[in-house]
Amino acid sequence: MGYEILGLPLIYYLAMLGKVIVVFLFVLLTVAYATYAERKIIGHMQVRLGPMETAWHGLLQPIADGLKLFFKEEIIPSQASKLVFLLSPFIALVPAFIAFAVIPFGDTIEIAGYKIPLQIAAYYDTAAGKVIDVNVGVLYILAMAGMGVYGIVLAGWSSNNKYSLLGGLRSAAQVISYELAASFALVAVFMLSESLSLQKIVADQAGVFGWYVWKQPLAFILFCICSVAETNRTPFDLPEAENELVAGFGTEYSSMKYAMFFMAEYANMVTVSAVAATFFLGGWQGPTPWPILNFVAKVYFFMFCFIWIRATYPRYRYDQLMRLGWKVFLPLALLNIVVTGIVVTLFK
Amino acid sequence: MANTETMTLNMGPQHPSTHGVLRLVVELDGEVIQSITPHIGYLHRGVEKLSEHRTYHQTLPLTDRLDYLAPMHNNLGYVLAVEKLLDLEVPERAQTIRVIMAELTRIMSHLVWLACHALDIGAMTVFIYCFREREEIMNIYEKISGARMTTNYFRIGGLSKDVYEGFEADVRKIIDTFPGFFDQYEGLLTKNTIWLNRTIGNGVISAEDAIDYGITGPALRGSGVDWDLRRDNPYSGYEKYSFKVPVGEKCDTFDRYKVRLIEMREAVKILRQALDSLKPGPILADDPQVCYPPKEAVYNTIEGLIHHFKIASEGFPAPEGEIYLGVENPKGELGYYIVSDGGTKPYRMKIRSPSFVNLQSMEKMCKGAMIADLIAVIGTLDIVLGEIDR
Repeated sequence: MGYEILGLPLIYYLAMLGKVIVVFLFVLLTVAYATYAERKIIGHMQVRLGPMETAWHGLLQPIADGLKLFFKEEIIPSQASKLVFLLSPFIALVPAFIAFAVIPFGDTIEIAGYKIPLQIAAYYDTAAGKVIDVNVGVLYILAMAGMGVYGIVLAGWSSNNKYSLLGGLRSAAQVISYELAASFALVAVFMLSESLSLQKIVADQAGVFGWYVWKQPLAFILFCICSVAETNRTPFDLPEAENELVAGFGTEYSSMKYAMFFMAEYANMVTVSAVAATFFLGGWQGPTPWPILNFVAKVYFFMFCFIWIRATYPRYRYDQLMRLGWKVFLPLALLNIVVTGIVVTLFK
Repeated sequence: MANTETMTLNMGPQHPSTHGVLRLVVELDGEVIQSITPHIGYLHRGVEKLSEHRTYHQTLPLTDRLDYLAPMHNNLGYVLAVEKLLDLEVPERAQTIRVIMAELTRIMSHLVWLACHALDIGAMTVFIYCFREREEIMNIYEKISGARMTTNYFRIGGLSKDVYEGFEADVRKIIDTFPGFFDQYEGLLTKNTIWLNRTIGNGVISAEDAIDYGITGPALRGSGVDWDLRRDNPYSGYEKYSFKVPVGEKCDTFDRYKVRLIEMREAVKILRQALDSLKPGPILADDPQVCYPPKEAVYNTIEGLIHHFKIASEGFPAPEGEIYLGVENPKGELGYYIVSDGGTKPYRMKIRSPSFVNLQSMEKMCKGAMIADLIAVIGTLDIVLGEIDR
């Protein structure tokens, strides 16, 4: 292990590659089985069984769905803007996955005498004796979340379909306004942690009672609601409101391109759940002594809530949604920042 | 200055929430609706014209297919109109069973309305729950008539056959369990902020406008007009039952929703009263000119067979004249206007279908609202295309 690149041992790079693969597979599998879980959970909530035919209790359903979509005909509308039409599923999908790069999913582990932090974009600085990660991790996540909306907007525009266009427009307005409120909710958290680094934010939340959810309950609730809106899920699933806009931005998409939008939606759910777990529920810290289990359990808990909400609530109307975002959530988030600021200054 | 144009959006005939094959050409300014033009006729089967070439008995199965979510009620309106034309007295047992089936149909139709209305607004669990309960009524349908939708159970002069063994127990089960299910739906919707936001103030139509447009049924009562044919112009023995007629105040989608939910509860009350008053007796009027002979006679006696053959092939002559009879269908006033020239077939039959008339108010309700409101209005009007296009 004598090789060094840019002053860091080779194993750091290998570990990073390993982490990328593991996290990618984890998100991919979670996405695939989230669709299955959604159908099963909603099925049982609605006194149905959900998929039962493929393998035991339909366990192979996501794979069957994937195969089916893979072999479906690619349809590109003749009047569509072809390049943008083909590109937008990627624009939607990629940011959803890469946002995971800065989320710490476990404590530091030791391999062959080297300490490896369980966070993709991080390494252990032996000299300083601490983990160095992206110091603007939060900004990176917000930026990636903002990128994803381009995929939907462009898909809506390039399809040259009126339903798609309306869906794309709704999505643009919705994601922008709710991202603002969600970001402001997070601001309150890093006013407490005094850092944008996710390692630091997690490290600050040692023990169940150290979780920021207790110190920032309002920010937590705001973030949760806004993240439902940001991921275009019920009750804020206006861009693809089936009963109004057929399939919204996805009306003209078929085959794997449709599957990519589908995956993007679920990958966004995973990412947002991971962010919520990291910021408010201590990430991998507590309640059990197994960091990775803690993290995964929290993510899955949020995912379950997403699904639960979908089974329960009707859908907002476009203008009501905007009013809620700008007139309720944003002022509340700002108020929360002001109060946090005052309290932090007073008790320092 | 920005140059803005309106966009013409063609909704349907294939669209998830146009309830069949309704086509709407919507003029949009952004998401705001400027005008709506409904285009109908995609399900036209010419029921009115067909009936001119069929005997009165043969027209009956066509009426199932009008409002296919409330088949028994369509049959009821038709047989009552023909009976009025013939001045035929129907035995009490037949009348009571007709009321029971009609009220079951009302619940069933309202369940489908609630299911689709909730689904259109995004609450999909209610959809599944409603269909679960609808199945119970469907089972009764199937046992009593052999069919789940195209029932054709009533006959001119009575019923095609008596109820099956265990019918009363099945209906009692519905009486006992359904109010609990209605609470369940209300639990999911009535106090749900999103549901309230979506329905209160949506699709407002004043009482005067509602009357001017000729709206009937729950949509009319939701606008505060206290008018129910079951009470105000009773038929089939409805005068014997006591029930409330719910009336809305704010004339919006939420009031229409409340009206329909109360109607379902009232229907359960009527069911209970009707079932309690159900006594044994004949189920078909004693008029061999009009009514089919009993099946045993057809299969076992030559007279019975000839009798059956004569009615089936020739029908019966109806006295010359014209008749209009309206019944309170789940969706509004379903009227049959029959002109007879003294022959065995109607000279002309016109069906006044509630959905067709109610649909006209859509533009009035939606002007200046958003696409999502339009979807809610389609749901709240509770239209069935089979009845609009006939």
